[in-house]
Amino acid sequence: MTDSREGRARAEISFAVNGEPKTVHVYPMERLLDVLRQHLQLTGTKEGCGEGECGSCAVLMDGILVNSCLVPVLQAAGSSVITIERLAEGGTLHLLQEAFLECGGAQCGICTPGMILAAVHLLNGTPEPTTEEIREGLSGNLCRCTGYSQIVDAVAEAAARRRTTA
Amino acid sequence: MSSNRIVGKSVPRKEGRDKVTGRSKYVDDLVLPDMLFGATVRSQIPRGRIRKITFASGIAWDEFVIVSAKDIPGKNCITLIGDDQPCLANEFVNHPEEPILLLAHPDCHVLSKAVEAVSIEYEPLPAIFTIEQSERRSEIVWGEDNIFKTYLIEKGDLDGVWEKADHIVEGEYTTGAQEQLYIENNGMIAAFDAAEGITVWGSLQCPYYVHKALMTLCDLPAEKVRVVQMETGGAFGGKEEYPSMIAAHAALLAIKSEKPVKIIYDRMEDMAATTKRHPSRTRHRTAVSKDGKILGGEIEFTIDGGAYLTLSPVVLSRGAIHAGGPYYWPSVRIHAKAVATNAPPHGAFRGFGAPQSLFAMERHMDRIARAVGLSPVEIRRRNFLQPGQATTTEQVVHEPIDLGKLLDRALEVSDYHAKKQRFANEGRLGATRKGMGIAAFLHGAGFTGSGERYLSSVVGVEGCADGSVRVLVSSTEFGQGTKTVLSQIAAEALGLPYENVSMAQPDTLEVPNSGPTVASRTVMVVGKLVQSAALGIRQTLISSKLLRESYSPDEFRAACQHYVAARGEFRSWSRYEAPSDIFWDDQKYRGEAYAAFAWAVYVVQVTVDLTTYGVSVDDFVALQEVGKVLHPLLARGQIIGGIAQAIGFSLYEKVVWQDGRMQNSQMTNYIMPTSSDLPPIRVFFEELGNVYGAYGAKGIGELPMDGPAPAIVNAVEDALNIPFDSVPLLPEDIMDGLNQDALAASAQDSRVRSTGVVQ
Repeated sequence: MTDSREGRARAEISFAVNGEPKTVHVYPMERLLDVLRQHLQLTGTKEGCGEGECGSCAVLMDGILVNSCLVPVLQAAGSSVITIERLAEGGTLHLLQEAFLECGGAQCGICTPGMILAAVHLLNGTPEPTTEEIREGLSGNLCRCTGYSQIVDAVAEAAARRRTTA
Repeated sequence: MSSNRIVGKSVPRKEGRDKVTGRSKYVDDLVLPDMLFGATVRSQIPRGRIRKITFASGIAWDEFVIVSAKDIPGKNCITLIGDDQPCLANEFVNHPEEPILLLAHPDCHVLSKAVEAVSIEYEPLPAIFTIEQSERRSEIVWGEDNIFKTYLIEKGDLDGVWEKADHIVEGEYTTGAQEQLYIENNGMIAAFDAAEGITVWGSLQCPYYVHKALMTLCDLPAEKVRVVQMETGGAFGGKEEYPSMIAAHAALLAIKSEKPVKIIYDRMEDMAATTKRHPSRTRHRTAVSKDGKILGGEIEFTIDGGAYLTLSPVVLSRGAIHAGGPYYWPSVRIHAKAVATNAPPHGAFRGFGAPQSLFAMERHMDRIARAVGLSPVEIRRRNFLQPGQATTTEQVVHEPIDLGKLLDRALEVSDYHAKKQRFANEGRLGATRKGMGIAAFLHGAGFTGSGERYLSSVVGVEGCADGSVRVLVSSTEFGQGTKTVLSQIAAEALGLPYENVSMAQPDTLEVPNSGPTVASRTVMVVGKLVQSAALGIRQTLISSKLLRESYSPDEFRAACQHYVAARGEFRSWSRYEAPSDIFWDDQKYRGEAYAAFAWAVYVVQVTVDLTTYGVSVDDFVALQEVGKVLHPLLARGQIIGGIAQAIGFSLYEKVVWQDGRMQNSQMTNYIMPTSSDLPPIRVFFEELGNVYGAYGAKGIGELPMDGPAPAIVNAVEDALNIPFDSVPLLPEDIMDGLNQDALAASAQDSRVRSTGVVQ
């Protein structure tokens, strides 16, 4: 872990998280991941590798899928960040969360928040993805448990349900 | 109650909702008041004597809590099978990741600098890094001879077969280390209170392994050590033994600082310092008749255990027992040996020795087929174990398994014969080559030999005050579905809805020791105990006249509430008892090695790209007999996930070593398969049932790790006509193989030209 505090003062940084305005008093180079988890107690975002390879810490920043372990919090200033906690607000599961449950897309659960956000991002851009597009679209998110098949099934199922309910 | 209302159905995963919403609490999500963060100072050399430790200036050392071996209240070891592995090195280091000092500080950001500011002077000693160096014994780095353990399995009269053989086929096969690569790194929190003792919360598979290790280390009685499993983000064997080390470290820091201490490894530390799959070397020498029957053989199975004993004897045992594959050996001699090197100890990883020895067996079957002039299909068919025949340990196959039928079905669904013909016709043109490969194999469920008898697992089922039912086990969930399937079994046994059963959090204060969550034993062995403990609850309510023989869930609830209100705590316990017909001789390594075997035939289609030398798996058919499938969705998930890891083991995942240290300990340079690297994996089950398991289940978790590597390498040989005998098989290995093959061909050409005959 690099020392993100060295030679820098803390600063007030404001951004929206899950639709709510937040201001945090942090070192500007702190990782967005740590700010979410430690300052805002949003522990649904997970750390897997700390170097942008595994996608466990993926969140949406202004609609773009980012690895929050690679985003210095100052870069998030003024943005709108969506984390896994937003998806089932009010207690109703998102279509993708339901599909992950039903199709076996979550095993140990550690990659699941990032994987589901990657799937949200994929379906936002490609509402009717082919299997290849799903596999390609999720290839930045590593899962060691499932071998991906049941995740791919879940995303296809969610896309199909969205078509029928839309 | 034989209708199986719940067992066999894909009910919702118990903890699934928390997992998909991000609400599950893993150890790093837990924050205790006043908590410090801990870090580990490790050896930088593979072997030597510690001469001096200095703390560089520029660090506010007085803010740190520093723990060395001198601070250990009890015995300086991580107790497992042996006591040879220190918790903190005192005088000697035996591998380059050996823990020496521990640091803790309230601010996690200052720790890495502090670790770097500790410098350690050593008197280096010569180190060894390979099986061959260890066997040479020029340096003795463990015990008297560098040997952790040997086994000899002998059956029949091997010495008489060599002269009867029409073919003697030899081969040597090797497999590399493999990182488990659970996505949640290892982590642990410890808190100490003089009155209550030590409590640890962590990411772990085996609460009672950690419990035992902490008792010895802290010199505390059982009731003053408490181990709680948090939600665990993958394990695969990688959190079987090393969590005891991290718990020990966190505990020592917590005792000294009198504050809670959290240690979370980053990816690099986790990959470099914690256990990996044992590298292996297997040698086969097999006597075969002209019609392709195995007459007998000698198998030498050797694994590199790293610097300390840890679990190597048990990994070795499983590897040795599986070394003969699913075949009938009239005579065999299996020499198995685990040796010491100066690498971090290798440990448990799904399959536990069997993927290594079965890789060799299934590659060797293809080699035998070529020597005899039979197809890979036919050579297997002629040697499959049949009911009534005995395995290499003289375990008679009692169940009506028909491996030939299993093979036929796998060939049919994979369209093996037509594809093989087509690929052969496509010939040697174009920039790609395609091939088909087979592996047939078995995996024993539960602990080996007398292991289950020694474990003597205990399971509890509780009737709660609100009338619901709770299962009390130390068996842990880390993705496989432990909570779900054990709840299904209890609900089935009690005739209750699945929703009425909950699982206690694995907490040694609360749950009995149902054994470690390893060895594909949870559903089969622990599940059976859950079934019997649940029936105990039912029997008690019936015999207390609170319930009739047949009842509704509401009647059960009322009866249970009544019982608890009148008599207090209502728990039913069940302890493992070995079936009377299971016999095992630990001395001769003979007898019923496992209560049940799962059986499988996998068929793989690969494409080798002659430009990039990359191998891709195009189709994967996985057919297995695993007894009754209790939860089809979870079972399918286990098979596919295991195959994905095994494809990584075969084609992607290479640990690069230098002087005993992993050089590529990052996800950037240690490559595991992504969603776009893997084919759809087609899973098929046959269900014979199993008398020893809950509702006829056998173990399933490790099986899919065993077959893919040989099936893939067999397919590559089919595509290129070049035998490869090592995994991982990377593009550079394919390139080397093709180049050598081309050289050999041109050398042969020139000999043909100069003499007119083939030499």
